[in-house]
Amino acid sequence: MKRIRVIPILLLAQSGMVKTERFAKPRYLGDPINAVKIFNEKRADELVLLDIEATAKGRIEFDWISDIVSEAFMPIGYGGGISSVEQAAELFKRGVEKIVVNTAAVENPNLISEIAARYGNQAVVASIDVKKNFWKKNRVYTRNGRKEAVADPVTLARACRDAGAGEIILTSIDREGTFGGYDTALLETVASAVDVPVVANGGAGSVDDFKRAVTDGKCSAVAASSMFVFAKKGEGMLISYPSESELQEQFWLRL
Amino acid sequence: MITIIDYGLGNLGSIKNMLVRSGIKCAVSGDPDVIRSATRLILPGVGHFKFAMDTLHERGLVTLIQQRVREAGVPLLGICLGGQLIGRHSEEGDVAGLDLVPMDVVAFDRARLTQGEKVPHMGWTVTPHADIPLFASVQQPARYYYVHSFHFRCDDAHDEIAWAEHGYRFASGVRHGNVIGVQFHPEKSHVYGQQLLRNFAAMDFSA
Repeated sequence: MKRIRVIPILLLAQSGMVKTERFAKPRYLGDPINAVKIFNEKRADELVLLDIEATAKGRIEFDWISDIVSEAFMPIGYGGGISSVEQAAELFKRGVEKIVVNTAAVENPNLISEIAARYGNQAVVASIDVKKNFWKKNRVYTRNGRKEAVADPVTLARACRDAGAGEIILTSIDREGTFGGYDTALLETVASAVDVPVVANGGAGSVDDFKRAVTDGKCSAVAASSMFVFAKKGEGMLISYPSESELQEQFWLRL
Repeated sequence: MITIIDYGLGNLGSIKNMLVRSGIKCAVSGDPDVIRSATRLILPGVGHFKFAMDTLHERGLVTLIQQRVREAGVPLLGICLGGQLIGRHSEEGDVAGLDLVPMDVVAFDRARLTQGEKVPHMGWTVTPHADIPLFASVQQPARYYYVHSFHFRCDDAHDEIAWAEHGYRFASGVRHGNVIGVQFHPEKSHVYGQQLLRNFAAMDFSA
């Protein structure tokens, strides 16, 4: 049985944790430290923290990240507002394992190479946000989904991989927060184009969706956000993470 | 006191966090005097083998570590790249290591990986281990978090203390006298890693 990583992604904004739908309507959910403590107790595989205000505000909340990370005894990725190797170095020092770049992957691709050269490919994750444009073509968006980049996801994924990214988180903006399942066609297009692990994100509503991200989407790991912070779509907040036996029976053993 | 050797590479923050959480006193330092007075050493490391060895040489730490471990018998735990550095040689950069354990560090043999298995080997892997104090009271099945493209290859199978499978089975833990190396990240492996670090702090190496 192969264990596929299941990764909660926590969105940070408004000095707390939020959850969006299609990258809009951020709903305030409280203190991320409580959520991290719960994911830690439930022995989550890995966590990714994304500060969705950092690029716009031009700052990284290092001390806050330290506080959150000190509660997490699992690998932690952080993304948001990283534009220099010095900032990456500071994050590593504070206990972050993986630097997640999104806007910089498009606007400053050298950053990926510089971090990878010093800390290794495994330490750099390219996060690629994709939305279908007016002509139903998959286009990459940066700046928290606000800016359409002159790139299609496959070209950017290859460029990030060549620059040294050890992993790619691929998010469908159209599915994000909808519980409607991943865009497996999109996942498959990118995952079969690169030889580094692609992490599915955007739209997961059930463990069954995880399975499809691997069997149909060819992804190496799965990420989700709403599913881990809400009881159900449209319902109240409930931090959850599937148990080991649930993942075995409903996911890993069915691959 | 346990000293985590700071030579500019590696996830020192994470290791310190885990030790502090476990009530284990530790210092993080690159100062030769502090390292010299340590009763137990942890050698972390993430990144390129040659870059790490060059840095250890530049900072005058190679001879110091070898001397403390070999002559003073100070127990040392190498983690991830730190676990590789205790070997004789690595294919990554084709350079000599600290030579504290009779093993080499070799690249994953991609020809033996099955479809869908990628390098680096990244993720949680169930890790069977020898019945030794380092793994005492670790919950079963023990699983650990791995991220690596190279792995240990011991001269003597008796030095192997843990194993993982990625394409094929390889040694992911070694012990040679007072030197232990693990390929995985105990500091990022929940209760499984916490117990291992507690054991390392409390183990009797004189036996």
